[in-house]
Parts: sequence; structure tokens; C-alpha cells
Amino acid sequence: MIQGLLPDLAVVRKDFPILERTLAGGVPLVYLDSANTSQKPQVVIDAMVDHLERHNANIARAMHQLGAESTAAFEEARDKVAAFIGAPSRDEVIFTKNASEALNLVANVLTWAEGSLRPGPGDRVVITEMEHHSNIVPWQLLTQRTGAELAWFGLTDEGHLDLSRVDELIDERTKVVAFTWVSNMLGTINPVAELTRRAHEIGAIVVVDASQAAPQLPIDLAAMPEAERPDVVVFTGHKVVGPTGIGVLWGRGDLLSQLPPFLGGGEMIETVRMERSTYAGIPHRFEAGTPPIVEAVGLGAAVEYLAAVGLEDIRRHEHAITEYALEGLASVPGLHVIGPKVAEERGGAISFELDGVHPHDIAQVLDSRGVAVRAGHHCAKPAHARFGVQSSTRMSSYLYTTPAEIDALIDALNYTRSYFKVG
Amino acid sequence: MSDLDSLYQDVILDHAKRKLNAGLREPFEAEVHHVNPTCGDEVTLRVHLDGEGPDATVADISYDALGCSISTSAASVMTDLLIGRTLSEADTVVQEFLAMMRGKGQYEPDEDVLEDAVAFQGTARLSARVKCALLSWMAYQDAVTRAQEDS
Ligand SMILES: Cc1ncc(COP(=O)(O)O)c(C=O)c1O
Repeated sequence: MIQGLLPDLAVVRKDFPILERTLAGGVPLVYLDSANTSQKPQVVIDAMVDHLERHNANIARAMHQLGAESTAAFEEARDKVAAFIGAPSRDEVIFTKNASEALNLVANVLTWAEGSLRPGPGDRVVITEMEHHSNIVPWQLLTQRTGAELAWFGLTDEGHLDLSRVDELIDERTKVVAFTWVSNMLGTINPVAELTRRAHEIGAIVVVDASQAAPQLPIDLAAMPEAERPDVVVFTGHKVVGPTGIGVLWGRGDLLSQLPPFLGGGEMIETVRMERSTYAGIPHRFEAGTPPIVEAVGLGAAVEYLAAVGLEDIRRHEHAITEYALEGLASVPGLHVIGPKVAEERGGAISFELDGVHPHDIAQVLDSRGVAVRAGHHCAKPAHARFGVQSSTRMSSYLYTTPAEIDALIDALNYTRSYFKVG
Repeated sequence: MSDLDSLYQDVILDHAKRKLNAGLREPFEAEVHHVNPTCGDEVTLRVHLDGEGPDATVADISYDALGCSISTSAASVMTDLLIGRTLSEADTVVQEFLAMMRGKGQYEPDEDVLEDAVAFQGTARLSARVKCALLSWMAYQDAVTRAQEDS
């Protein structure tokens, strides 16, 4: 018996209609690609349909009952998201299109900032070698545009951040430290509190990509000591059982208030004259134009659903499945896991190589048996290069994943070896 | 034949293992590097032409390919088919291959033209893998264009 699984796993699975699907040839779906995007529970689907069927109107500018309902639903979603991450203030929650847009927003407004917030020549921005491209490219753009230096933490052979150069990387020249909470490729969980404390000691801004953390780790920003609380945390809606088209940027209120607008347009203004405009306060200052209203409603329902299941329980479940999967993967001859080999140090995404078979070919054979995984560089080319591989295969579990699905994966991997006659 | 078996036909698996004409060689008039951004598959490919105009002979195609069995076998099959032909003969083969790969499995390829390459009909049905098969063929077309520009 595996300890730590969600006690109501069968009930949870029933909440996700897609899990009942069969694929070509009548094989059941074994969805192990949740780090790419998660599946959606019925409550999220229903909340979005209900909004479209009964409450649809633009927000904040429609002086009618539907407008009021829609605005209330949108702002209620902000409250739910704020509660989900324990935001000190609900006005610090900004809706974006996805995590990528949130990261670009921060990097851009810092580029455009005036005074000491703007990194310039002689300053440094620090990232890590395990970032998703979405947390690399915006900082490359920033440093190219401002003349600041881009530096990064390397990785140890075990797939952890190599913190031996921390004093060199984080010193008084460092303006921004941006890193992922949980790696989407290696699965590694990074020491957010420790790194944030170091960065805050020298006054740097800390930006944390929580795209892979928000789905599986309880986050309570208000409960973190201020010195250890990042200044900006972003995540994407579709990985927390919400819809695509919406992301979240939480930022420390007094920081956000000092930053210039990102996009200009409706709703982000206080007043507009032909010569110039003044801007609304947060959060609206960073939400130009009609926002993703129904997506916000869906996201609100999603985070409420996760909270009802319980993030602690979800974490325990992910841990149990990850441990079981690591064991199973270790039994496949010629299979090498890239990243930490113990479940304690990682999240539920496990990338691996299989001697003699290319990841694409693995994914294809797995797919013919209904097992959906990701193959490629997972938008983390530098992390792959660090481990001398061009691409890998990644399985990723979530709150609905069963041990039987892991068994199906392991069977399919053994079948893949025999199909391509390796070993 | 299952979808899997029609994708991974023996011809394809065989070429993926044997990698005919692999390796980068001299002389060459053009070298190109193509990448499939979604999966990271890469090929560096060189062409060596003998003569000028459409009657020039494709004297050599050499390559270094990193990728799945579909993309590496496509490079092997292509070089095996095209080396030694005139540019215009080679182009007929390339056009027929492109037509098949863009035909979603509906196109009836001319087996006399494509020979071993008809095995990629199974790939043409899988939209996600078409790019794998096309990588080296597109690189070849690009390299020929550049070789001709430079001459
Ligand atoms: C760690 C990490 N950061 C950022 C992203 C980008 O998310 P999105 O594509 O929704 O912007 C992802 C997901 O692909 C991710 O895993």
C-alpha cells in the first residue's frame, strides 16, 4: 500500500471528465503531462459556462445589472487567487495572459523604470541555468536594453542550484534575482526563502516563477517573514486546473506602485487628455483593455477547487506518486533520470533518457498505448545542454494520477525497448 | 498494419540505424544548419555540386543529424536517393516527397520516384511528426539555393 495518496482519489478523478476518455484503438487515457498543462475539473468548466450563459458583460464599464455581475465575478476571482497564495493584499494580484506575460511585464517595467529600480550598466541581473525560456529571454532582453550584466547560477550534477558562487553572484551590484521555485525539467525544488533573504540583504528585487510550484506546493505569502518573501511571484492558470489565457502576477504593493505601466489602454488610466494621461492604482494599472474575464472566473473556481481538496494533501499525493514513479523508472534498463533522484527534493515532473531511443520515438510508442508524456526540450534548452542532452522525455503527475497509471507508463517503456529492439 | 508499425516501417528503422552518408565531408559549396524549434532536432548539412545550372550533379550531400529515428532516417534516405543525380532530377524527387508529406496520408506517391522514401507515407498521417521527416529535406533545398547563389 502506498502511503500519502489522496484518500478520495477515485472521487477526485471523477471530477475530471476528460480522464474517462479513450483514445484511438479504445485504449484509456493515461495523462502524464500535467506539468505541460493540467486537466480541468467539472466545476471549472461549469463556472465558465455559467458565466457565459448567464452573466456575460464587459467589466467595470457597463452600467447595467449584467455588467455589475460580471465585474463582481471578475473581482471575486481576484479574491480567490489572493487567498490561494496568501497574498498580503488582494490589490497586489494582477491578471495577465499567462506566466510568460507576467515575467515579461516585470522585466519590461523594470527596463522602463526611473531611478534606482532600473538596472543599468554596472548592475547585474541574476537568473539560473534551470529556468524555463520564459524566465530567461525577458531578462536577456532587459540586460541587452539597459546595459546591465546577465549572470546565472549553474547547476550541480544532481540537478540542484550550485550555490557555491552565491557571494559572487549576489552582491551590491545585483538588482534583480529571478528564479524558478520548482524546475519544470529537473523537478528540483529551490530554496526560495534562503535565496530571497540573501538577495534582500543587498536590496535586490526577487522574482519567483511559481508556474510549477503553485500547482503542487501550499503557498502562503503573508505567512513568510518579509525578508524571505519574494517581491514578485508569478504563475499560470492552466497548470492549476484552470483555463488557458490567464496568468497571475503577485507583486509587493509598494514596489508595483513605483513601477511604470506595462500596456496602455482602457481601464489602466485615471484620466486621459490628448497630451498625457495619469494612471490608475494597482491592480488596474497593469491590466489594460478588456481582461480575460471568463478565464478569471474559471481560475477562481480552479484555485477554490484545489484549496478544497487541500494543497497539503495534494503535495503529499504528488510526493507519493513521484516516489513510486522514481522506483518504477529505476527498474527500466538503460533509463536515466535527469535531476534529483529522491522524491523529497523534487516536484512531480520527471525527465529521463532511455538509451538507444530518441524521446520523440518514446513518446510516439507511449501515445499508441494511451500514455501521454512530453518529449523535447520542455522550453528549458540551457538545462538540457547542462546535462549534455538535446532533449528528454518527461512524465508529470498531478492530483488525479494513480499508481496504476505509473505502472502503465513503466510497462509502455519496457514495450518501447522491445519495439526498438534495444538491450 | 497498426499506426505505429506504419510509422516505424523496417525501412525507416533500418536507415535510422545505418545513417547512410552521415558525417560532414569536403568539398562543399554550401553548409546550412536547420533546427526544429519545437523538439530541438538539428541537422548540419553540406552539398557539393559538380557543374552548373540544372544539369549540375549532386556530387555529395554530407550531414550531421541529431534527432529522432524519423528525422535521422529521412536524412539517410534522402542522401541515398539524391547523390549522383542532376539537380533537376533531384528536384523531382524532392517535390514528390514534399507533396506526399503535405498530403496528410491522402496523396498517392509515385513509388518509382520515391523508392525507399515512400515509407514516410505513415509519417505523413501524423501531423506532429511531418516536421521531423522534412528537416533534412528542407535543409538540402536551402543548401542548394545557397550553393547556386554563391557560384
Ligand atoms: C517553470 C515554468 N515557467 C513558465 C512557464 C510558462 O507558462 P505559460 O506558457 O503558461 O506562460 C512554464 C510552463 O510552460 C513553466 O513550466
